[in-house]
Amino acid sequence: MDAATHRPDVTLQTAREHGLTDEEYDRLCTRLGRTPTWEELGVATVMWSEHCSYKSSRVHLRRLPTEGERVLQGPGENAGAISIGDGLAVVFKIESHNHPSYIEPYQGAATGVGGILRDVFTMGARPIASLNSLRFGSFDHPKTRYLLGGVVAGIGGYGNSIGVATVGGDVYFDPGYDRNCLVNAFTLGVVEESRLMLARASGVGNPVILIGSRTGRDGIHGASLLASAEFDATSEEKRPTVQVGDPFTEKLLLEATLEIQARDLAVAVQDLGAAGLTSSSVEMASRGGLGIELDLDRVPLRESGMTAYEIMLSESQERMLVVAPPGNVAAIEEICRRWDLEAAVVARLTADGVYRVRHRGVEVIAVPVDLLADPPALTRPIAEPAEGAGGPEFTVDDIAEPRDYQQAFRTLVASPNLCSRRWIWQQYDHYVGAGTVVHPGADAAVVQIVGTESKIAMTVDCNSRFVALDPYVGASIAVCEAARNLIATGAVPLGVSDCLNFGSPERAEVMWQFQQAVNGIRDACLAFHIPVVSGNVSFYNETEGVAIPPTPTIAMVGLVRTPEPITPWFKSPGDAIFLLGRSRDELAGSEFAAVVHGKTHGSPPWVDFDAERQLHQVILRAGEKGILASAHDVSDGGLALAVAEACCSVPTGVPPLGARIRLDEGMRPDAWLFAESQARMLVSVKREHGGALRDIATEAGVPIALVGEVGASMLEFDDLIAIPVGELRALWEGALEQWLEKK
Amino acid sequence: MKWGVVTFPGSCDDRDAVHVLRHDLGHEAVALWHKDADLHGVDCVVLPGGFSYGDYLRCGAIARFSPVMRAITEFAAQGGYVLGICNGFQVLCEAGLLPGALVRNRSLRFVCRPVHLRVESVANPFTQLAVPGDVWSIPVKHGEGCYVADAHTLDQLERDGSILLRYCRSDGTRDRHGDVAAADYNPNGSLRDIAGIMNATRNVFGLMPHPEHAADRELGSCELPRCSADGLKIFQSIADWVAETRERASAGSLR
Repeated sequence: MDAATHRPDVTLQTAREHGLTDEEYDRLCTRLGRTPTWEELGVATVMWSEHCSYKSSRVHLRRLPTEGERVLQGPGENAGAISIGDGLAVVFKIESHNHPSYIEPYQGAATGVGGILRDVFTMGARPIASLNSLRFGSFDHPKTRYLLGGVVAGIGGYGNSIGVATVGGDVYFDPGYDRNCLVNAFTLGVVEESRLMLARASGVGNPVILIGSRTGRDGIHGASLLASAEFDATSEEKRPTVQVGDPFTEKLLLEATLEIQARDLAVAVQDLGAAGLTSSSVEMASRGGLGIELDLDRVPLRESGMTAYEIMLSESQERMLVVAPPGNVAAIEEICRRWDLEAAVVARLTADGVYRVRHRGVEVIAVPVDLLADPPALTRPIAEPAEGAGGPEFTVDDIAEPRDYQQAFRTLVASPNLCSRRWIWQQYDHYVGAGTVVHPGADAAVVQIVGTESKIAMTVDCNSRFVALDPYVGASIAVCEAARNLIATGAVPLGVSDCLNFGSPERAEVMWQFQQAVNGIRDACLAFHIPVVSGNVSFYNETEGVAIPPTPTIAMVGLVRTPEPITPWFKSPGDAIFLLGRSRDELAGSEFAAVVHGKTHGSPPWVDFDAERQLHQVILRAGEKGILASAHDVSDGGLALAVAEACCSVPTGVPPLGARIRLDEGMRPDAWLFAESQARMLVSVKREHGGALRDIATEAGVPIALVGEVGASMLEFDDLIAIPVGELRALWEGALEQWLEKK
Repeated sequence: MKWGVVTFPGSCDDRDAVHVLRHDLGHEAVALWHKDADLHGVDCVVLPGGFSYGDYLRCGAIARFSPVMRAITEFAAQGGYVLGICNGFQVLCEAGLLPGALVRNRSLRFVCRPVHLRVESVANPFTQLAVPGDVWSIPVKHGEGCYVADAHTLDQLERDGSILLRYCRSDGTRDRHGDVAAADYNPNGSLRDIAGIMNATRNVFGLMPHPEHAADRELGSCELPRCSADGLKIFQSIADWVAETRERASAGSLR
């Protein structure tokens, strides 16, 4: 028996080895009325895996608000789409590639970027910008440097090569991620509304064409074994499950796919991602309510002797499925030839709703499409932790003031979560596409759609420490912060894509975190009228029973409304500095409490959706009048870090400006400087505009305080902190590279 | 003035170059497909930035064998103007149209940031709109931008006035410590801080920085106080030179 026809017998034991539960195997046998074949077992396993089926999360995700007058496409397709006017739409999504990146950081991150790019251009949208959200362990952990270096190189290596600007993101370091890093990749593309392409198979008898790379043995069971299971001591053996990316081929595939769509040759397009040919053909057929018949002998292969099982489950990258009327096949093949890509008709749509696969003259799979595509959702047990998620309360009275504010401030500025990320983003091409208006280093990135006046703002945020302390509040804070980051650039939020990274859904306390986080996102999105149009769930981010901090990452997209985008750095000496919003002495969960006092327990800051909305109004109104010289969201590190960033985040080659800040006497200095109270913005205006700003704030009901003025060469906080701003900038910008080089 | 911008498989900044030529200069710009040896009567060919052929083997090593490159080599030999940007510069060196080579950045990392460039020489089609000593600001974004050549070649370039742009500080100064380039203003370690050179017959120019990304004052407002449009000066210089040459030729033919 040669390798290509190796087809072991299927038993309950085989099913268990694949990762199916006994109930799942029983359901499969009952529905089929027989024992499944080896190949049927393989495809059912991947389609019913957590990663592909969302079986543990579906009942919760249903609660998210997904509708709005601008929504062209909500969750359920490859990406979400929102109308931005003038007949154009933005298409975007965020997706995780956590487990592969931990095993093989360069390729894991690179193929994560590749996958999300395909999700966007499969819908006919040319990608114009990418963001990424990364979480690593502490710098004391031996693997952190290796992972950070590999992931950044992989994101750059892939993203730069394909020519899509990487314009922003976020990175956090926390011991909770020591053994499970997170790599969430986001891409946004643009398409004419009328040309938005869906992946809904239609037209009985229509051929299905596989285009792109040849199929090899990489990544088999990446979805079921890698993404749907926790890590343990044998995880290194999973390296063959990590896919290998080729950005050059993806660039050709991008151009060919867009050309096929521009010439109206296709009826539906679907990219191949997790679980390769299987999931994309099943999903496409399922959305169209049709059956499909695949002939694996027609699939262009990279290696000889591949079995049907391997061909079905291979996660070889850079491949797409195109459904087209028979008359268009030749034109599609010609386009692929011109771009030096493979193209082969590998399947045909049928009317009987059955998923059939033939290989070497044998029908190896014949199962109803809906059996594969629609596994029952699970209602996993949920249990709130007995002692409360945040542990004992933590207030300012539990700690003494720093003896040396200057030292505490310098420590924070150079700490891993607060220092500048310039070392990272200077490895990404943020110019390609000729549309970047606000480059990395600001509150949100802004990219202009070339040929239009539309400027799209985008950001990605999640303070997972707050989420760990209180998943409901913490998740709503992630939405609030993302909205504030967009508002700070003068943009109105339009839509959210969420990437929910959690531990094992088989543990009731993780499901409680998940449920609460979804509720927090829901309530914040409803309060701001921002729909969730796409997203991703990544479970099983844990190792040997220890889960990551719950990390519901929020990517948010907006449209700039002010005449010019607003930027966070101070512009001119003499400008007046105002703090908008209410400050409270809430230090629990702050970077100050963690870094200076080693305390990470308590309740996250107070959230008030009304206060956030009022703040939005003030910034937008003042921005529309053109009176804001700068605006910066106050978040990690509190007000002191916001001021430091406003001094130092100036563009390359521009000297930083100092400031003199007067503390609020009604609060303990450390609380006022470092608390991470929400709904606040640090703005600067020309002196003569101070009155107008006060009027706008008062009318909106937002507290406003004049806290200082932009100075020349020093940053001073009363007489507590005084540092030459050039030294501050060097400290802030050099810290990450120093952490990386430390022995 | 008619420009041709080549698209190799893997070219990324071709569309940006075409956009600048059409939108910021108002000129005619056509796309030149790599498999096509027809240059469509253009006055200047642009080899854009990107990762042609995936940088397989060496950057630009494969592109130089394409049909369009054979046509461009012939075009250049006849005096046609060629502008190679970043990957385009790499292709020109691989094709032997410019001396020397571009190797991996000294830091071994990809770098994307604005740099300052000193214009060294202006009696040529590419920088004639500048004054010697002008300091321009244009972004670089590359992993293999370190220019190297043997000492003899470097000396020849100096003598011929073929070094058009050098990396420098914002005030135009450089360090003069032999061939070891200072890291703070030189992003990749290029010998003698070389950022752009032209050939001996003064019709082919290669540079690592991206003039097409410094051509619009409205864009890039976060990286520079008011985005530099210095890159536009290179395209405008070429266009003016072509126009002057044409005028001289027609004036000559009237006699």
